[in-house]
Amino acid sequence: MSTTTGKAARAAEVQGGPGTSPSPGALPHDQRGRPGRQGRKASMGVQNAAGWLFSTPFLVLFTVFMAFPILATLLMSFTDFGLRNVTRPWDANFIGFENYVNLFSDEKFLKSLFNTAYFVVIGVPLTIALGLVVAVLLNNGIDRARTFFRVGFYAPVVTTIVAVAVVWRFVLDPSDGLIAGLFSEVGLTAPDFLGSETLAMPSMIAMAVWRNVGTVMVLFIAGLQAIPTEVREAAKLDGAGVWQEFRGITVPLLRPTVLYATVITTIGYLNVFEEPFVMTQGGPSDSTLTVSLNMYREGFNFFHMGYASAMAYVLFVVIMGITVLQLRLLKDNTK
Amino acid sequence: MTVGNAPGAVRTAPARKPRNLRRPLAYALLSLGLLIMSAPFLWMALSSFKTTSELSASPPVWIPTEWTLDNFRELLDKLNLPLYFMNSVIVAVLVTVSNLVFCSMLGYALAKLNFVGRNKIFGVVLGALMVPGNLMLLPLFVLMSKLQLIDSYAGLVLPFAAGAFGVFLMRQFMQSIPDELLEAARMDGAGEWYIFWRIVMPLVKPALATLSIFTFLGSWNNFVWPLIATNDPDKYTLPVALATFATDPNKAGGSNGMLMAGAFLVVLPVLILFIALQRHFTQGIATAGLK
Repeated sequence: MSTTTGKAARAAEVQGGPGTSPSPGALPHDQRGRPGRQGRKASMGVQNAAGWLFSTPFLVLFTVFMAFPILATLLMSFTDFGLRNVTRPWDANFIGFENYVNLFSDEKFLKSLFNTAYFVVIGVPLTIALGLVVAVLLNNGIDRARTFFRVGFYAPVVTTIVAVAVVWRFVLDPSDGLIAGLFSEVGLTAPDFLGSETLAMPSMIAMAVWRNVGTVMVLFIAGLQAIPTEVREAAKLDGAGVWQEFRGITVPLLRPTVLYATVITTIGYLNVFEEPFVMTQGGPSDSTLTVSLNMYREGFNFFHMGYASAMAYVLFVVIMGITVLQLRLLKDNTK
Repeated sequence: MTVGNAPGAVRTAPARKPRNLRRPLAYALLSLGLLIMSAPFLWMALSSFKTTSELSASPPVWIPTEWTLDNFRELLDKLNLPLYFMNSVIVAVLVTVSNLVFCSMLGYALAKLNFVGRNKIFGVVLGALMVPGNLMLLPLFVLMSKLQLIDSYAGLVLPFAAGAFGVFLMRQFMQSIPDELLEAARMDGAGEWYIFWRIVMPLVKPALATLSIFTFLGSWNNFVWPLIATNDPDKYTLPVALATFATDPNKAGGSNGMLMAGAFLVVLPVLILFIALQRHFTQGIATAGLK
């Protein structure tokens, strides 16, 4: 496997290296851009060599630690790659689409797929909506302490998710946690959030929203600041109220940012792993088992690596499909 | 933190026109939001100083009546945190330095050098931005086992030694450097390496700062790969050590107090770094549009 990619990379390098084949875009465009410079011809050869020398370290690392593993995952997904193959990869048997076929009759996998979809379908709109509200309040609602609030809302994004998940586990503890305290202040008993099949996933969504609102907020602040103030002023002169201004100007002009934020939040949430790993280990009764956690377990606890590879590719295809769909929406809307 | 802002809201309100109720309402909503955002951190910080009896009190005690460092002492007894801290620092520093060098090199080539294949390489970079990390984990583990790099710093660093995000960021910044400047240097006989190292790199210091912060934090907070690439507890990074401690089925991990103390020690450096450098964060996101 490694030789194939190695050859491909070398072939590409040979093709590109000496600069005999006409390049499709870069070269003629640049010559058009700078007419009448005779000295450039000599420097082109130098730039060709330099360009490839400067690219080589990245390309080597990329080939070995990214391109090769991506391809290898695909190949592994068609084999019965198991524990013994970690030392003897070539012994794995080709079994065609068996892993993929098995996946779709595997209740555990279907459940993890459902759980991930649940997490995304509820979590993404909540994150986007709250991020938008905070950004609008920060940008138009107040005149001081902006940095202070921005830092406060963004802080959860940068903190170590494992530590944060440990904290949230305790916050949600039904007997001595923070939420339990709030419940008892008003004379109620807190439910066992993470121990309940129906509440565990919503609790995890709450934590994810809490953690990611800051990212979306920053994107929206950048988007809001790109809206020219004249447009706002004009709307105000025409007698537009707060709500009319928001619906008529802010929302349409922010649409590209909304879709972009949706794309990256969706990708992040489809890969959700640390939260269930630390908070619930997928339980109770697999109610928080996500595709990524399921893949990790099949691959690294049970060493069903071929099977886990198939899972990784199914998730990848889902992510690509959804991203392409969302990007298409993005394109249509920016026109 | 949150309370301190309330007087500001009260002070500004009367100064505005009376019909404008927007501002006080916005301050109230934001303050409430900020209280919710900071509550888990406050809870973590307060709980790590509570005694065992106050930690398990039901209903919970909000503020410890008797502040104690026992949780930290006990945690440091059970968990070699200085070692994990050093592991995390070493890995994060190596990852950051290699990203700064390699991503800048390719960023320079893509932004300023005309060479055959440039567009294809840029296509590869953009493609790499979109591939989820999960897709690489299994073969990467097999590869690292074969290379005998499991439980080594090299094994933890190499897969992250040059990221597409960094290339993208550096290319964006370097494109704004005027070509005339580089042409002039070339006329004077400067080589490409000299131009890159002595002219371009000093000009993109803000971008290098942004990339350093993002890469360092990304490595510091990374969990899945270090979890897979280490079996020997002596090579654990902080998050792996904390997660292993927290999810130990034998409950050898122990009390919530120790876990809160652990989380506190893991989160604190990151929060300080973030608050000190927060301007770079928002700039970085606004420029590259990525987290």
